Amino acid sequence: MPIYQLILHLLCLVVLPPLFLGIIVKVKAAFAGRVGAPLFQLYYDIFKLMRKDVVLSTTTTWLFRAGPIVALVTTLMAGCLIPLGYPRAPVAFMGDLVLFAYLFGLGRFFTVLAALDTGSSFEGMGAAREVTFACLAEPALFLGLIVLARCTSSLTLSTMLSSAPSETWRGVSAPLLLVVVSLFIFVLAETSRIPVDDPNTHLELTMIHEVMVLDHSGPPFAAILYAASVKLFVLGSIVIHAALPIRTGSAWGNWALFLIAAFVFAVAIGVVESTMARLRLRRVTNLLIAACLLSGFGVILLAR
Amino acid sequence: MNISLVLVAVLLAASSGLFAAAAGFRTRFGDWIFACLMTLSCACGLIVAFRSMRQVGTVVWSHPWSVPGGLLQIRLDALAGMFLGQIFLIGAAGAIYALGYWPADKHPQTAGRLRIFYGLMVAGMALLVIAENSILFIFSWEIMAIAAFFAVSTDDHLPAVRESGFVYLVATRVGTLLIIAMFAVLRAVTGSFSLAIHGLSGASSIGLALFILGLLGFGMKAGLMPLHVWLPGAHANAPSHVSALMSGVLIKMGIYGLIRLGSLFDRVPLWWGLVLFGLGIASAVLGVAFAIGQHDLKRLLAYHSVENIGIIVMGLGLSLIGRSTGHPTIVALGLAGALLHTWNHGHFKALLFLSAGSVIHAAKTREIDALGGLFRKLPWTSLAFLTGAVAICGLPPLNGFISELFIYIGMLRAGLYELGPVGVVASLGAPILALVGALAVACFVKVFGVVFLGAPRSHHGSTANESPWPMLAPMALLAACCVTIGALPFLVVPILDHASVVWGTAPHQLSVRTLAPLGPIGWLNLTLIGAVVVVAIVLARVSSRRPVAKGPTWDCGYSSPSPSMQYTASSFADGIVGMFSSVLRPRKKSPTLTQPFPGPSRFESHVPEVVLDLFIMPIFRWIGRLATWARIIQPGSPHLYVTYILATLVVMLFIWH
Repeated sequence: MPIYQLILHLLCLVVLPPLFLGIIVKVKAAFAGRVGAPLFQLYYDIFKLMRKDVVLSTTTTWLFRAGPIVALVTTLMAGCLIPLGYPRAPVAFMGDLVLFAYLFGLGRFFTVLAALDTGSSFEGMGAAREVTFACLAEPALFLGLIVLARCTSSLTLSTMLSSAPSETWRGVSAPLLLVVVSLFIFVLAETSRIPVDDPNTHLELTMIHEVMVLDHSGPPFAAILYAASVKLFVLGSIVIHAALPIRTGSAWGNWALFLIAAFVFAVAIGVVESTMARLRLRRVTNLLIAACLLSGFGVILLAR
Repeated sequence: MNISLVLVAVLLAASSGLFAAAAGFRTRFGDWIFACLMTLSCACGLIVAFRSMRQVGTVVWSHPWSVPGGLLQIRLDALAGMFLGQIFLIGAAGAIYALGYWPADKHPQTAGRLRIFYGLMVAGMALLVIAENSILFIFSWEIMAIAAFFAVSTDDHLPAVRESGFVYLVATRVGTLLIIAMFAVLRAVTGSFSLAIHGLSGASSIGLALFILGLLGFGMKAGLMPLHVWLPGAHANAPSHVSALMSGVLIKMGIYGLIRLGSLFDRVPLWWGLVLFGLGIASAVLGVAFAIGQHDLKRLLAYHSVENIGIIVMGLGLSLIGRSTGHPTIVALGLAGALLHTWNHGHFKALLFLSAGSVIHAAKTREIDALGGLFRKLPWTSLAFLTGAVAICGLPPLNGFISELFIYIGMLRAGLYELGPVGVVASLGAPILALVGALAVACFVKVFGVVFLGAPRSHHGSTANESPWPMLAPMALLAACCVTIGALPFLVVPILDHASVVWGTAPHQLSVRTLAPLGPIGWLNLTLIGAVVVVAIVLARVSSRRPVAKGPTWDCGYSSPSPSMQYTASSFADGIVGMFSSVLRPRKKSPTLTQPFPGPSRFESHVPEVVLDLFIMPIFRWIGRLATWARIIQPGSPHLYVTYILATLVVMLFIWH
């Protein structure tokens, strides 16, 4: 990987994610007939929070402060395992998909502990939901990755995601189609988007991710918001790569293609959020099981 | 040299309790004598273990033994070395821990007895893994099993302890019976009691008999899913350092048996591997599902042993699948994953049981829902438990991740090599392992959150103090093992390679170094730890310029929250228990509201041991009814029984000639 590509990858990973969320918000506003918040609102929010004081609950311990840090670090590390515009990620090795999935697991572990550290029943509620739905989301991710691995005969994320599409979409399009849908559901669930969770609801009782971070404030809260946007961007990149049926020949062309696809993906999430209602919590399990089954059928279709 | 050292270690461990008893059953001095002798024994044992792991070859030593058919034949190789290392490491940790946890001045009735049986357990297990003769194997198996029974029922004035001790005793007797039958079949095939056998064919009916008997007998000890019934009760009711030794080492003797069983054969039918793989999956998923429903801290940890045994057996099954389908890489990855997970589970589960013991020592209860907010009171115990929790969930950067990675890559590679049904089944193991990992995260987040975080839920633990150093030092040692294997995984590569050579059936041996990305994983784990520290420092710098305000937890406008309003273990687990309710059969006692102004009421829910209650107990009740007929010849008089033994021996003498 050339050094300028590495820098470009890291720059893209660090700078773009809040903009990605801004696009979603704009799309939702357009659907609702509003002007909506500025595209760069999340950047403003993060900078504002970085200058704010911290309020800590008297029940909390140092784990409460560790939660956002671990979440941020694991998400950024996972972002280094995923190819963006260049077909190879900064860190790529056989079996990196397992590390990729487990980094998010580690982030979740500490985010949930930080929530439980407050002793609040609301945050306990969010924590319980988060880990419950993760039990079904993780198998969905692995099933999707198995299909991609079998399509490309590789266990390296970079190869699975970037070499896959162009040839395989022509050859084995049915399993890939199933996987793209399944991974899309997985991303919506993992990043707390509608129809699984509503980031904009005002009622704590109905939330999952947002209710876990009720007590955070100041710079740690900025880290949480930022990490959440990076997570959406990183997981979204998987779907983008799996769904992208074409590749250009040149390096810059690939970057342009990736950015356009990322824009389309953000718009797609915005459309889903604008046209669907949040599911009842009991239905979320059904949705996630459906995601697992879709990829499961993909695996079967590839069996010979 | 190695042989004499390991024999010294075994003898020292076996006699340490007796020496301590000579110094006084009820004195603190006896405790110290015991801890010192055990540490010495374990130091000798660990030296031998390390030397054996570093060598490729096998050392055999034998000495005549007056037992018919028996021969004091001892074999040291890398595989035995791995298990010896675990036995002596956790054995020493538990013996030192007992200084603070079960001191003779607090437990005058039981301390001396417990010391004797603890030492015998360690000695029995050490002798077991080096035995090369089946009579010696059964002999040490029984020392281990019976000593464990007495160690489990240390608190025998409690009915619950007696009951679980009895269930364990019955289970271990049945297991021993099956293993004796297996060795009898083996003797019939090979004509000797020696265990130095390779190249049996698995396709024959003899092979089938060996496999079934071994799987049931060793599976019973290991706690594989339908055979795990003795495990939760025994682990929960034993003193915590005994639980650590049992969960960390004793149940691994079943795994050791299964691994040795696999090495007897050169060709195995495909279905053996598939059966092991399937049993492993069942154990892993159901073990963790049952764990989530538990309210008893140690019972919860015990079900996680069932889960982890499942993961180990998945690895073992995978390697057998690889052997049948002719993929040496799958064999190597599956076996390496199974062996390393055996080690890792020993480290983190012993760590968890010891820190759970520290919680019980401080708060005097095992009830999770009665605890809360112990993090401030027991900072070091909490940190130890947290380390164990991250490790057992298989999360980076600790050791559990490394062994699960081997198994993951093995399963995924099997899916790439074998495009047919076998590959599909093997690769579907990966999402299932992911499910198990996510459930484990849910369970340990629950237990850590409820026990250590939040506000105290009852008076338990309000006066808790951090445990003394003899309890903290062993935990620190085991936590260091978890971190070391996680951050420097390449250290274990030569050990795993040597051990798989011993198991060796692959035509050419492969090093796991080339099969799994241990280099990148190692430095990424170090980067992860480093990055968290750096970001923590940066964020602390950013916020240090501003004052930190303290206040109560945000309560969404409710003015006076109380600790009893916090999420409890059962409310946290409710969603997942609901998902598995068809298997777990949770029992709930909900209050019924009758009056317009209902008074105080209680809600209770618990997850029973379904296999024991619904399947095993009815069978045993039926056997019990049948057994009333046996009272005709068994009236309860010992003299008569001794006469029976004499008569049986006379009859046996006729058969023998």
